[in-house]
Amino acid sequence: MDADFRQHGENGEGQGLSDIHQPDSGGVPVTLTINGEAHALTLDPWVTLLDLLRERLGLTGTKKGCDHGQCGACTVLVDGKRINSCLVLAVTRDGAEVTTIEGLGAPDNLHPLQQAFIDHDAFQCGYCTPGQICSAAGLIAEGRARTREEIREWMSGNLCRCGAYTNIVDAIQEVMGEEAMRA
Amino acid sequence: MNRFTYARPATIEDAAALLACPGARAIAGGTNLVDLMKEGTETPDLLVDLRRLPLRAIRETEDGGLSLGALVTNTETAWDERVEARFPLLAHAILAGASPQLRNAATNGGNLNQRTRCYYFYDVATPCNKRDPGSGCGAIGGVNRIHAILGASDRCIAVHPSDMCVGLAALEARVKVHGPEGERTIPFADYHRLPGDDPSRDNMLAPGEIVTAIELSPFQCGDHWTYLKLRDRLSYAFALVSVAVALRMEDGIIAEARIALGGVAHKPWRVPEAEALLAGKPPSEAAFHAAAERLLAGALGQGDNDFKIELARRAIVRALGQAAAGTPQSIVDKRIA
Repeated sequence: MDADFRQHGENGEGQGLSDIHQPDSGGVPVTLTINGEAHALTLDPWVTLLDLLRERLGLTGTKKGCDHGQCGACTVLVDGKRINSCLVLAVTRDGAEVTTIEGLGAPDNLHPLQQAFIDHDAFQCGYCTPGQICSAAGLIAEGRARTREEIREWMSGNLCRCGAYTNIVDAIQEVMGEEAMRA
Repeated sequence: MNRFTYARPATIEDAAALLACPGARAIAGGTNLVDLMKEGTETPDLLVDLRRLPLRAIRETEDGGLSLGALVTNTETAWDERVEARFPLLAHAILAGASPQLRNAATNGGNLNQRTRCYYFYDVATPCNKRDPGSGCGAIGGVNRIHAILGASDRCIAVHPSDMCVGLAALEARVKVHGPEGERTIPFADYHRLPGDDPSRDNMLAPGEIVTAIELSPFQCGDHWTYLKLRDRLSYAFALVSVAVALRMEDGIIAEARIALGGVAHKPWRVPEAEALLAGKPPSEAAFHAAAERLLAGALGQGDNDFKIELARRAIVRALGQAAAGTPQSIVDKRIA
């Protein structure tokens, strides 16, 4: 362990460089607002946002599918934008606001997308569903999709191995229609 | 994932100093690097988080072009109204790549510096001269459907995976870089490199250098552009072949043509001599075929990817037709006109 960066010292010492955390330094201080609740955390820098949510905070609604950004099951909203939480090191989003499926709705107060997915039978096994719904929430907030074909294209980052795609598009289209009427 | 030191520099100078250290890697969106770290393909000693650097703006340039900050996300760039209005080819190229979630995290600088998706580069159990110089190339004589037909070497036949970079190549963007020696500007055609005898290097960035922005100058092509991407499924897949075309038309004559290919080489592929074949001519199938022949001169299949040569030829002719007609390929409607 003789790399040059050690000479810069840690946490403010050395040549004006600060905020350097060595692997054995006990972690990196990070503040995240998750589903509206502020969390002051000390995290190892190799912890992904997905693992933080599931393993440390008990928010297991967000699913680990491929863990490589190819399936979309881990989709959450970060600062209002849908992303793959499996490809994000949590420390790199210090200060961010994260919304997971648990933050979108509750069993006694479903998000309109959750209700629409039930109404349209838009899942079978349900494993991809939290990611589908978070992604659909992001899609609606983006305001770019207007047609059925556009919903399909802008939902292509979420795979459903049960093949519920047609009903997923139906559910999203219904909620988009309501949003459009409200606007 | 290996254990590493993590740094959050607040200035470009500090970031450059850290990145000059052996074993240092820059992280921004993380969509490619975190994946590679999970595979063990990348095992940085020091991860330099660039996200606190002031590189998040899209700015006007003096010549009427735009400067795209390195930390602006791919989505923010593609949906910026100035990019949409002035550089729709770039917007379409970006939106043809990856998925909405990935584009929301991935940055412009990261898009340039992403690594190849060659399976052998990813799989640490196999030889790869890019990952482990001198170990050999598993793709040569192996499974190579996605690999290069142009500019490859006997050490490496990997392709650069970006769509955005194909658009940037056609638009003759410039890459602004900050390093230990100060600022420099690299023409896009010179930014990425061919594998030659050192496939470990994807581009011309030196240790300690950071991409700060991508600059675009106006190119007056009106509606005469297209980004045509062909892949194994209709969305969310890397290109087998892609073609970016921008034509500056004057009175029905092609005054200037720009053509860049993706999915075929270690860098976006441009051949100025092929573009010159079109200059001063009216659009015609014959002229498009001649340009395609010149673009693909020297193309060599590796076995599984032999089909790419004919696929690229047809894609070039089709894309030139779309651009000449002023009917760019739709992102949503996958039918190819």
